[in-house]
Order: sequence, then structure tokens, then C-alpha cells
Amino acid sequence: MSIIYFLIGCSVLLALVFLGAFFWAQRSGQNDDLYTPGMRILLDDEEENRVKK
Amino acid sequence: MPETLTPTKTNCYHCGEECLTNAYQKDQKQFCCQGCRSVYTILSGAGLCSYYNYNEHPGTTRLRNDKRYDYLSDPAILAELLDYSDGRLSIITLYIPQIHCSSCLWLLEQLNRFNPAIHYCRVDFLKKQLIVRFDAEKISLQQLVELLNDIGYEPLISLQDIIKKQNKAVKGNLIQKIAVAGFCFGNVMLLSFPEYFGLSAIEQDFKTFFGYLNILFGISVVFYSGWGYFLSAWHNIRSRILNIDFPLALGIAVLFIRTVAEILTHSGAGFADTLCGLVFFLLVGKFVQQKTYHHISFERDYRSFFPVAVQVIREGREKPVPLAHLCTGHRMVIRHNEIIPADAILLKGEALIDFSFVTGEAVPVSKTLGEIIYAGGRQTGEAIELEVIKPVSQSYLTQLWNNEAFTRKQDTRMKTFNERVSKYFTIVLVAIATGALLAWMPFDFRRGIDAFTAVLIVACPCALALSTPFTMSAALSIFDRNLFYLKNTAVVEQLARIDTLVMDKTGTITTGSSKRIDLDGELNVAERQLIYSVCANSIHPLSRMICHYFGDLDKISTSGYREIPGKGIAAMVGGYRVRVGSDEFIFGQANPGNLTTRVHLMIDEIYLGYFGFHHDYRAGLEQVTGLAPDYKLYLLSGDQDHERTELLRFFPDNGHLFFSQSPQQKLDRIRQLQEQGLKVMMLGDGLNDSGALKQSDLGVAVTDNVNNFSPGSDAIMDGRAFPKLPAFLRFSKDTVRIIHLSFLISLTYNVIGLSYAVTGTLSPLIAAVLMPLSTATIISFTTLATHFAAKKRELL
Repeated sequence: MSIIYFLIGCSVLLALVFLGAFFWAQRSGQNDDLYTPGMRILLDDEEENRVKK
Repeated sequence: MPETLTPTKTNCYHCGEECLTNAYQKDQKQFCCQGCRSVYTILSGAGLCSYYNYNEHPGTTRLRNDKRYDYLSDPAILAELLDYSDGRLSIITLYIPQIHCSSCLWLLEQLNRFNPAIHYCRVDFLKKQLIVRFDAEKISLQQLVELLNDIGYEPLISLQDIIKKQNKAVKGNLIQKIAVAGFCFGNVMLLSFPEYFGLSAIEQDFKTFFGYLNILFGISVVFYSGWGYFLSAWHNIRSRILNIDFPLALGIAVLFIRTVAEILTHSGAGFADTLCGLVFFLLVGKFVQQKTYHHISFERDYRSFFPVAVQVIREGREKPVPLAHLCTGHRMVIRHNEIIPADAILLKGEALIDFSFVTGEAVPVSKTLGEIIYAGGRQTGEAIELEVIKPVSQSYLTQLWNNEAFTRKQDTRMKTFNERVSKYFTIVLVAIATGALLAWMPFDFRRGIDAFTAVLIVACPCALALSTPFTMSAALSIFDRNLFYLKNTAVVEQLARIDTLVMDKTGTITTGSSKRIDLDGELNVAERQLIYSVCANSIHPLSRMICHYFGDLDKISTSGYREIPGKGIAAMVGGYRVRVGSDEFIFGQANPGNLTTRVHLMIDEIYLGYFGFHHDYRAGLEQVTGLAPDYKLYLLSGDQDHERTELLRFFPDNGHLFFSQSPQQKLDRIRQLQEQGLKVMMLGDGLNDSGALKQSDLGVAVTDNVNNFSPGSDAIMDGRAFPKLPAFLRFSKDTVRIIHLSFLISLTYNVIGLSYAVTGTLSPLIAAVLMPLSTATIISFTTLATHFAAKKRELL
């Protein structure tokens, strides 16, 4: 049953990684504007992008 | 979104306004004005016509436009506006109120197709902001702003400071605290489950392991997420206030200490999951309460009303000067629709100043050369030149703002229900806990301590602390949907206790274009021309309105022109004797029976009829004044009392109408009412109301465009929401009732918990079930009840 110690350690560690990822997202401003990207994705890319390529 | 096309009328392809002429055409498309057409030309030239594909008529009308941006070349102003600049690369955040649809978003993010020196643009749709990164060597800020203006998106630069403040505003780490609390809550629950289901003898080792992990999670919750409660409780005790944070902090501390003690002494499992859950829910409640309106500011003052810079004549040339550098002796040029930023003497031009925003006078005032014009007026008509006699910071208007009464700290605001209750709650809670301790002490000391801590744990006012934020935030979003924006959740409770409404007149119960003009009588073309020619000589507001009514006619030269102030005008035109004026002027006697202002017309002693001027009061004034028996209604106007008779229709009590009130008098009136024990709500719109708004128990700024300037207040109401005011008042009363009910519910849970607690036999499982259960009940009850209340008041 000692495998439980290892498994719980892993699960907490994994959860901490996710928490860290959330902190990073929050600090780097990824959650500042949650509305505009949803609109932006509906706009079509145009020839402009093709020219760039 | 502008209206859709109707088959009978042609609407402007750009903005959707009705086209009055078909003079503006391009590519078989109709435009309402030169401005709209030029925007289209620019866009089609740059191959950006997809703009028109995403939405119909995405533009905003360009009919009025006479802005100048010369001042943006001034380095001092530049430094203040730019977020970042290293000589080459510059970054600026601009506030663009016109952003309203996906076309706007699309176009504004394509700016580099107009000018490759613009590297990057990003729109924040809700905040209506545009972040632009550009090469300052190749395109100046002035060119950038002019480009934006050309394509119909004019940034509002005078409100820049607000954006700066908003963006700088402490990015509360509340969300991070919630994340940590939630993370710990989840893990602790997982680790506590085995304990609740019972562990066999072999698994007893896990118990201590889980216990230590729980302590670790508990530490991060208490010292990171919940630390704010200790700080706040400590602050309040030092200032001798018992607010809800004290029992909360006490509960958190007791939970933590008892958990650590139980786990370390192997005497129990502790309450780690209750602890984490409590902090998590409390923080969520706090988060819900923080409602921010990105595009509205409640703290605006005269600075956001004034322009950033003003044109000053120096050595025969016009030069933009930032307001801060404007000194006595400068000669400034003020154009049509510009605001006079400092007290000044009129040197040149015909001044017709609209002071409605500063004094509440509805009619523009004409000034003669050499007269002093106070800051805050808006010039209507031709460009004028003025000499500054006082710097901006010392002008009449600014002084008014800095007046002690206006900046008075608000400490007399009403206490919220929560604040009042939590004081008694804390006292009773501590009394019961001590009582339990003392009762057990003689028999079983250990059990006494158990009972003492259990009471503090179980009675921790989690549900109480959550009922207000959840109800209020639900209420706030209801108000928000109805275009009534409250500064914070406490305002809802203030709204519920209001019993007196005080209203300003100009701009509040009247609308911007408040007067309608009707011709009663028939005039042929020749007669129209005669009257027009006479009225065109006068700058009296009524004459101007008559001229505007006729539109552009040819003016015939007049002779023997005579204007009697307040009565009328007479002149000889083309051989006819034309007289235009009041009853007294035309008939020799006043007619007090008339409720409207009339201007009578007479040509060669033949009476031709009259112009009637009607005041348009805001739609819904009847409903609002219908509140009369329950609410006391007052009118405080800075204007003269020539509308008194008309207003008596709405305000039956003549003693409640006050006219010609200065800003200070308005403030004093509010104070007098408050001294009579009344809870006063002030509705105003202008700078002249700002003192009264501050003094009142609840100041509401009424505005037709929430992006425009409005004085500092507790709430901002869109003019369209005005008829709903009675519903708002009733709804706020409902929400307070909901809070009272949810308080009763949470008390019931507390009593159930206490009955276990005082016996000293509170098991962690009961605590762990009771806490989330009460929280869930409160949240669902308040949300549903608020929803139903809104339905009942027809606000949903």
C-alpha cells in the first residue's frame, strides 16, 4: 500500500503544476480581456495573410 | 447597431442615418454627408471594404466634426499620453467610445494597412480601448489620431487619465487567492474522505500522513488566501468597530489552531476541509461583489470635462498650449462647440455661451466684448478670441470644485444591514462560546475547550457574509441590464432607504434638445422671408430658434431695427413693418393663462399667428413624479423660473420647486432636507449639481451618453432608464428583503450547528457537511429570489 504515498505525492505535484500554470497565465495578462478574442476568431483572414506568406 | 434599411428611404451606406440629399454618392452608394463618404473613400482605397460586410452600417455618423489635434505634437502632452516611448517605438492606449461591433474590431486591427509604421494594434472590446504600437519616427501621434478620426474612430483624449488610472489600478490578487484556496480545498477534501469513511487498522499510517498534508494546505490557505481577513479584523478592532470580518477571522483562526492541535496530538482529524471551504467561499463572495464597469468612471471631475489643450495666438500664429501651461494674458481662440477652459475676457467675435452644464441655465447667454466669461461655458457659433485672466486652477469653476464642501469626506453614509447586524452577531457569538466554555469547565475542561471552539467554528457567519454579496451582485447586474450603473453593491441598500427625490431640471428631467418649436398659423414664402430677416438680426435664443426653423432663406436688409429686451423686436423690411414678440409686446397686455412661451408675429398690423415653444421633459417623468405620496419630490434648478407653471403639472407642491439655485445653495438645500431626517437621493447631470450629488445620501448622475462626462456620483443612469426609476426603487427594497430572509436562513443553520457545538461533540463530518450546505442554500436562494423580484418589477 506504500504506493499510495508516491501516488498522492504525484497528484499533489501535478496539481501544483496546474496551479503554477494558472498563476503564470494570470500574471502575464492572458485573462485580462476575455471577450475580444471570442469576436476576433469570427473574422475571416484575408489576402493580407496570404501576401505575408 | 443602426436601423436596418427601409425600402422607402435611402440610408447612408456608412452610418445608416437617413440621407437627406443624394449629393453624396460614390460607387452607387449613398452617403449622408461628406464625412461618411470620405471614410468610405479611404477604406475602399485601402482595400478594406470587408468592413461593410461584417455588419450593416457599421460606422458612426460624421455629420458633426471639427476637431483639431495640433496639440498632440506638443512634447509635454505626448509624454503624458504615451504608455511607453523610446524615441522610435511608442505605445499608446486610446479610449475610443465608438467601438461597438465586430467591424470596428476588424478595421481597428488593420491599421497597419493604412500606414506600415503602425506595427501592432489590439482592441479591448469591453473597455473600448485600442492599444497601438507604432514607429514614432515615421508616424506621429497626431497623424495616428487624425487617421483614426478620418476613418470615423475619434479617440477621446480628455478622458485619458481615467484609462491610465484604470489600467494601473491594483490588479488585485484576489483571483490568485481564490485559486490557491480552491486548489487546497479540493486536495484537502480528497485527503479527508478516507477518514470520514473509516480507516482499517492497517491504514492508520495514512491518517497521520494525510493529516500532515492537510496542515500544509491549511497553512497556505490561512496565511495566503485568508490573511486579508485577519488584517481587516485587526484594523477594525483598532478603530473600535465590530464588523463581520472579526467573527470570520476568529472562525478561521480557531479552525486552523484546532485542526493543527488535533492532528499533532493524534486526537482527531481536524477541520481542514471546513477551513479551506470557508475561505474559498468567502473569497468567491468577495469576487462576486467586485463589479467593475470598464467604460464608466464615477470619479470624474472638471478635468475630464476640459480639453487637453487650447489654441493660443502668439506672434500672430495659432499654437496649441496644454491647459496646465495656460497663463494669464494668453490670447486663446475658442471655436464652435469648444469649452472655455479658464476665466477670460472676450476680445473678438460674437460669444453665445452655453452654460447649461455649469449653471443649469437652459438658454445660451450672449456676451459683449470686454465682458468676463467664466470657465466651463461652451461657445456656440463662430470662433471667438479671449484673453485669459486667471489660470485654469484658479478659475471660478475649479475653485468651486476645490471648495471644502465639495471635497468633504463621506462618512455619514448609511450603514449597510450587514454592518449593523454583524456587531450584535459577534457579541452573541462570543457570549455563547464563553457560556459553553464556563458551563463545561467544572466537569470536563477538555470538553469545555471543544465546545468553545466548536461554537466559534459552526457559527462562523459564512452564509451571512455571502448573502449580501450574492444578492447585491445579482441586483447590480439587473440594474446594469436596465442601463442603471451603480458604483458598488452598497448603493443598492442606500437606494432602498431613500424617501426623498431631488431633481435638477436642465439635462436631468429635460433632454439636450429640450425645446420644440411649433408654428401656429399660415405663412407664405414672402412672409417667412420677412420674419426670417428680422429675426436674423437678433441673437436672442428664441430668434435663433425661429431662424433655424425657417432654414436658410435669403436675408433682406432691414431698417429701423429695434429690440426691446425680454419683449420683442420690430423693424422695417422691404416696406413692411414687422413685429415679433411676446403678448405684451404685440397686444399690449400679458396673458398669464399661457403655459407655453409664445412669440407672436405681426406684419403691418395683421396678426399672423405665433410660434409656440414647448419644453420636452424626459419620457417617464409622469411615472417618476407619480411616486409622490410615498416619496417626497423636490426640484432644484439653476435656471430661472419661467417653466414653473409647466412644472407644476409634475410637482404639485409649489413649495418644493426652487429656481435660480447656485451650486452652494443646492448643496445647502440637500443638507436642510437631511437635517429633517430625510434620506435624499439627488438626480443631477451637470457640474453645478456636483456638490449636491456629493452631499446627498445617494447621488445619481443622469446622462444621455454614459461615455460622456458626468460628475462624480454613486450611480450613473442612462437617460433611457429614467422611466424605470420607480421600478428600481421598489426592486431595491425587494433585494433588502431578500437579504433579511437569507440572514434568517443562515441563522437557522447556525442554530442547528450550535445545538451540536455546545455539547462539545461536533464531528468534523457534520461541520464539513453543514458549511457547504448552508452556503449552497444561500447562494441559490439569493440568486433565484433576486431573479423573481426583477421579473415582478418587470426589469427582466
